[in-house]
Amino acid sequence: MALLRYESQVRPPLVENDKTYHQVTEDIVRPIEANPSRLWWIGFLISVALLLFGVYSIYREVTYGVGQWNLNKTIGWGWDITNFVWWVGIGHAGTLISAILLLFRQGWRTGVNRAAEAMTIFAVMCAGQFPIWHMGRVWMAFFVLPYANTRGPLWVNFNSPLLWDVFAISTYFTVSLLFWYSGLIPDLATVRDRARLKWRKYMYGLLSFGWTGSTKHWQRHESLSLVLAGMSTPLVLSVHTVVSFDFATSVVPGWHTTIFPPYFVAGAIFSGFAMVQTLLLISRKVLNLEEYITIEHIEVMNKVIVLTGSIVGVAYLTELFISWYGQNPNEGWAFAQNRLNLFSPYGWSYWLMMGCNVISPQIFWFRKLRRNLVVTFFMSVIVNIGMWFERFVIIVTSIYRDYLPSSWSTYYRPTIWEIGFYLGTFGLFFTCYFLFSKFFPVIAVAEIKHILKRSGENYKKNMYHIEKETPDHLYNETHGDHH
Amino acid sequence: MAVKKFVVGCFDDEGPLFDAVKKVRKSGYKLHDVYTPFPIHGLDKAMGLRDTSIHTAGFLYAIFGTTSMLSFMTWVFTKDFPLNVGGKPHFALPAWIPITFEFTVLCACVGMVITFCYLCQLAPFVKKHHFHLRATDDLFVMVIECTPKTNESEVSSFLTSIGAKEVNVQNAETGWWLGTYDKDQKLFEGQSETVSA
Repeated sequence: MALLRYESQVRPPLVENDKTYHQVTEDIVRPIEANPSRLWWIGFLISVALLLFGVYSIYREVTYGVGQWNLNKTIGWGWDITNFVWWVGIGHAGTLISAILLLFRQGWRTGVNRAAEAMTIFAVMCAGQFPIWHMGRVWMAFFVLPYANTRGPLWVNFNSPLLWDVFAISTYFTVSLLFWYSGLIPDLATVRDRARLKWRKYMYGLLSFGWTGSTKHWQRHESLSLVLAGMSTPLVLSVHTVVSFDFATSVVPGWHTTIFPPYFVAGAIFSGFAMVQTLLLISRKVLNLEEYITIEHIEVMNKVIVLTGSIVGVAYLTELFISWYGQNPNEGWAFAQNRLNLFSPYGWSYWLMMGCNVISPQIFWFRKLRRNLVVTFFMSVIVNIGMWFERFVIIVTSIYRDYLPSSWSTYYRPTIWEIGFYLGTFGLFFTCYFLFSKFFPVIAVAEIKHILKRSGENYKKNMYHIEKETPDHLYNETHGDHH
Repeated sequence: MAVKKFVVGCFDDEGPLFDAVKKVRKSGYKLHDVYTPFPIHGLDKAMGLRDTSIHTAGFLYAIFGTTSMLSFMTWVFTKDFPLNVGGKPHFALPAWIPITFEFTVLCACVGMVITFCYLCQLAPFVKKHHFHLRATDDLFVMVIECTPKTNESEVSSFLTSIGAKEVNVQNAETGWWLGTYDKDQKLFEGQSETVSA
C-alpha cells in the first residue's frame, strides 16, 4: 500500500478504536436514520416551547411598541443590544474552527467543525433578531438597504457604524451558510446513497445536488473550501471589529477605548468556544459520537478558552489603566464609579464579569481539569454567563449615568417580554440545532475519512515502523512519481 | 450527452489507486473518472487533470465587488446625495473601507459557489448516473470508457489484475438530467454485499 501521509506518534489519535471507512459512515449517519431518542424529543419540545414564548414576546413588542421593554431616556437598548452582541460573538467560534484552523492545518477541527459551523449560522440568526425587532416598525426594516427609492435622492449613511453592521452581519451569515452547505453536499450524498426509504431518498437527493464524488469535482471542492476559508478568516475578524465600532466610534464615556476591536474578537472566540463545548458535550453523549469527539478535542478547546479568556483579562486591565492614564474625567468616572465600585447600582455586574471571564477559566491550566467533562460543561456555562455580563457592563454601565444627572436611571430592569425575547432566541437556536442533529451529519463524514489513515487509532498503531524510515524513502513513497 | 458503455472497477482502498491510474493511462485505456468518498490529494495530478482555476474566478468576483461598491458609494455621497455633516468631506474613504471589504467578500464567495455549482453541474433536481452507490461510502470506483476498439473482458481482467475487488460493465448516460433520486435507483443493500477482500 502506498503510504499517503504520516503523523507523529506523539499526537494522540483523533478517531478512537478500530474504524474502517464504512464504520465511519455507519457511526455518523446512524442517528439520521434511526428514530430520535426520548432525550431528543424532550430537548426539542422544550426548545419549541421557548421559541413560542419568544414569538409571543415579539408579538407584544410589535403590537404595543418598544414601550413593552423597560427602556428609558438613557438606556435606549439594554438587554436587546447586549443579546445581539452576545449571539454574534458566539457565532465566531464556528468560523474560527472551520476557516482559521483549516488554514493552519489543524487536523482536530474535522471532528467538530460541522457542528460549530451550524452553531455559527443559528447564532447569527438569533443575533439578527434583536436589531430588526428593536426597529419597532419592523415592516420598514428594508430601509436599511441601499436601494433606489422614490423619496428623492435619499440613501443610507455609509459612514455610520450601524450600516457597517448591516453589511457585516448579512455578509457573515451568507458566507457562513455557503461554506457550511458546500461542505455538507458530499455528506448529504452519502446519506442519499444509503437511504432505504423513498422520502429520504427524495429529500437527500434534492439536498445533495446530484453529487457523485468525481475526482474533478473533489478538486474544485477542495479549492473552493480553501478560498472560502481564506475569505472567512478576515471576514470573521472584521465582523466583531465592526460590532465593536458601534461603541468605539461614539462619544460615550466608558467607550473611549481603541482596543475594542481585538478585545471584542478575542471575547467572541472565548464565548463561542464555550458554546461549542456546551453543544458538543451534549451531542457526543446523545448521538454516541464519543469516538469522534474525543477528550483530546475537548482539551484542545479548553486550551483555546484559557488563552482567549486571558487575552480578554489583559484587555480589561488595559482598559482600566487607560481610563486612568487618559485623564479624561468622564471616562475615568465611568470606570471608577460605574464599574469598579462594587456598591454602585451595577458594580456587581462588573465583578461578576471579572470572576467568570478572567479568574475562573484559569483552572484550565491544570490538565486534569481540562480533561474533566463535568468541569468543562460547568465552565462552558460560566463563561457564557460571564460574556453576557461583559456586554451588559459595557453597554448599561456606560449609559445609565450620562452627563445630565437628572436623567440618570440608576436601576434598569428588563420586563418579562424583554426576557421572553431573549429566551425565545434560545428556543430558536436550540430548535434549529436539534433539527440539524436529526437531519444532517453532525460530523463531516468525508473529512473524517480523509484524516482516518493519518489519525485513526488503528492506523496510528502501525506507524511506529515509519519513524525508522529514512526521509528520502518516505518522500518517494508519499510523493512517488504518480505521473 | 449520450449513453456510453463503461467498465467499472471498485477498489476498497485508496492506496492502489495511484498505481492503477498510472497503469490505465500507460495501457492507453480511456479513463472516464474515479469516484471517491473523500478527496484524495494527488489523484487529480495522477489522472492528468489540470489544476482548477476556480480561485481565479473568485479573484475576479472580488475585484468586481471592490470596484462596484467603492464607485457606488462615491457616486452617492459626492454626486447624488452630498449630505453636509458638520463640514466633513463628502469623499470619506476611510469610513467606506468596512462596507467595501464586506461586499468584496460577499461577491467573491457567492460568485465562487455559483461557479462551482455550474462547473460541477450541481443543483436540486439534477440527477446523474452513479456507477456504484458505495462510491460515497467506502469504495473507490474507477470507470473506464469503452471505445469501439475496446475489448471489455480484456479491460475487466486488467482491472482485476491491478487490484479492483469488483468489476462490472455498465451502460450509462454521461451527463445529467432532471429527476429525483427516489425513482429507478437501486436501494442500498447494506453491508451484506461487502466485496470479498
